[in-house]
Amino acid sequence: MAIKIKEVTRPPRNFQGQIFIWEVWLGLLVTFRHLFVNLWRHTLKAMGIKTEPGSVTIQYPEDPAVLGRRARTRHRLLKREDGTPRCTACLLCETICPAKCIRIVAEDSPDVIIEKRAKSFSIDLGLCVFCGYCAEACPVDAIHMDSSDVAITAYDRKDMIWNMAELLEGKKSPSIAQ
Amino acid sequence: MISVAWTAVKVIFAVATGLNIAGFLGWLERKQSAVLQDRIGANRAEIFGFRVLGFFHPIADALKMLTKEDYIPPFAHQPFYAMAPGISLGFGLLGLAALPFGGNITAFGHSVSLQPIQSPYGLLLVLGLLSLGVHGVVMAGYSSASNYGLIGGLRGASQMIAYEVCLATTLSSVAFVYGTLDLQQAVLWQGRLLFGFIPAWGIVLQPLGFLLFLTAAAAETKRTPFDLPEGESEIVGYHVEYSGMKFGMFLMTDFVESIVVSGLATALYLGGWQVPGLHLAGALGGLIMVLAFLAKVMLVLFLLMQIRWTLPRFRFDQLLDLGWKNILPLSLLNFLLTVWGVYLWRLR
Repeated sequence: MAIKIKEVTRPPRNFQGQIFIWEVWLGLLVTFRHLFVNLWRHTLKAMGIKTEPGSVTIQYPEDPAVLGRRARTRHRLLKREDGTPRCTACLLCETICPAKCIRIVAEDSPDVIIEKRAKSFSIDLGLCVFCGYCAEACPVDAIHMDSSDVAITAYDRKDMIWNMAELLEGKKSPSIAQ
Repeated sequence: MISVAWTAVKVIFAVATGLNIAGFLGWLERKQSAVLQDRIGANRAEIFGFRVLGFFHPIADALKMLTKEDYIPPFAHQPFYAMAPGISLGFGLLGLAALPFGGNITAFGHSVSLQPIQSPYGLLLVLGLLSLGVHGVVMAGYSSASNYGLIGGLRGASQMIAYEVCLATTLSSVAFVYGTLDLQQAVLWQGRLLFGFIPAWGIVLQPLGFLLFLTAAAAETKRTPFDLPEGESEIVGYHVEYSGMKFGMFLMTDFVESIVVSGLATALYLGGWQVPGLHLAGALGGLIMVLAFLAKVMLVLFLLMQIRWTLPRFRFDQLLDLGWKNILPLSLLNFLLTVWGVYLWRLR
């Protein structure tokens, strides 16, 4: 792509800008408008009347975190129709992982068409960098990063290592909202 | 002896009022900035489950400051290092005691003055105390044996000296109008009416002077947009080596000095304790005087904070340009016009 040059003209240094007072007044008008409009909305809300919100703040532990639809959050292992994990222990995710936080032990699957399955599958979420390569590398759509869980906490580093059952079903972290 | 004790009580009362307002300002600063930036502001500190709009945060701040480690850098000049915050805060608090919180009233058979320190040179006293505050800044920067602190202190000194000149020139023109340096007399002078219905407050007689005073006062008390000596977020200030309550005292100094200059603005430009159309006397009148004075002070503080959260910080050369090349000539012009005007008025 060719590089384009955009000419930006400086605003002229005119008398109105140089005496400050007029520009300060314009700025004060903006901040006073915000102050009084927000105060009015807070007052209406306190009286129980529905209005536009007076602030954009999300009070996180009480209110749920708002995530983008494509946000990469904690991993989730997917199941087949019959409830068995989709993972075929191909080790692609373990290989591509830049943080080396995935450990998979493979075993023979009783189903000859599937051939292989994971005996154990663990992710050390304390090491994970949430790059999303594992979900991209997976050929059988077995791992997603869409659990909408961002509050992954533990009192011990060992507890940050999630095993297959936990990755399939989810686990309750010791919550900060408690 | 009794009068000395009585004065001491009044001074303590003024200082306590000032400190309480300073604590309140800590809350106001957070909440006002939050609301005008579409945020909520600090609201987590609670006592027995009560949060009261984050009102307990100043208390939590004070507790944190008091319980923090008070670290003194090993190369610091120990006595100066320990004295600096005290000098800064002490002169600010003394300035509070010279403000006219109210007039002379007769209550319960006694004649009482509601101005703690009455002096025919009250204006000079407050100005002097404000300019002594700069010693704390320079001492803090110099004694902490840190180049950043030293440069911050020097920035503070040159800024405050520059704006002190503007402040004194502006205030001399308003003192010229009232014909007195006594703050109480100045407030009494403003009790009259112009053309029978406009209160003859300083802001009506000296509109340019009020603007210049407000600007110079914001610079003198190191408030944003003139907070280069400390530079909370980007540039390192004179109190970089301070921790614990000593740092807290520097923060308090800012608030206390703002209260002092707001008190000056109220006394000289906003009619002090006067309420237009009310003749105040007696115990109830005294109460109304003090409340009116404090309400006006809070109004000026509110305006100063709004300006703080509206404007970005100046660069240092711009700051000195503004002081020496713009505000000083304007205040000299204001002084000349005032002298001329007063002369013509007296000739009438």
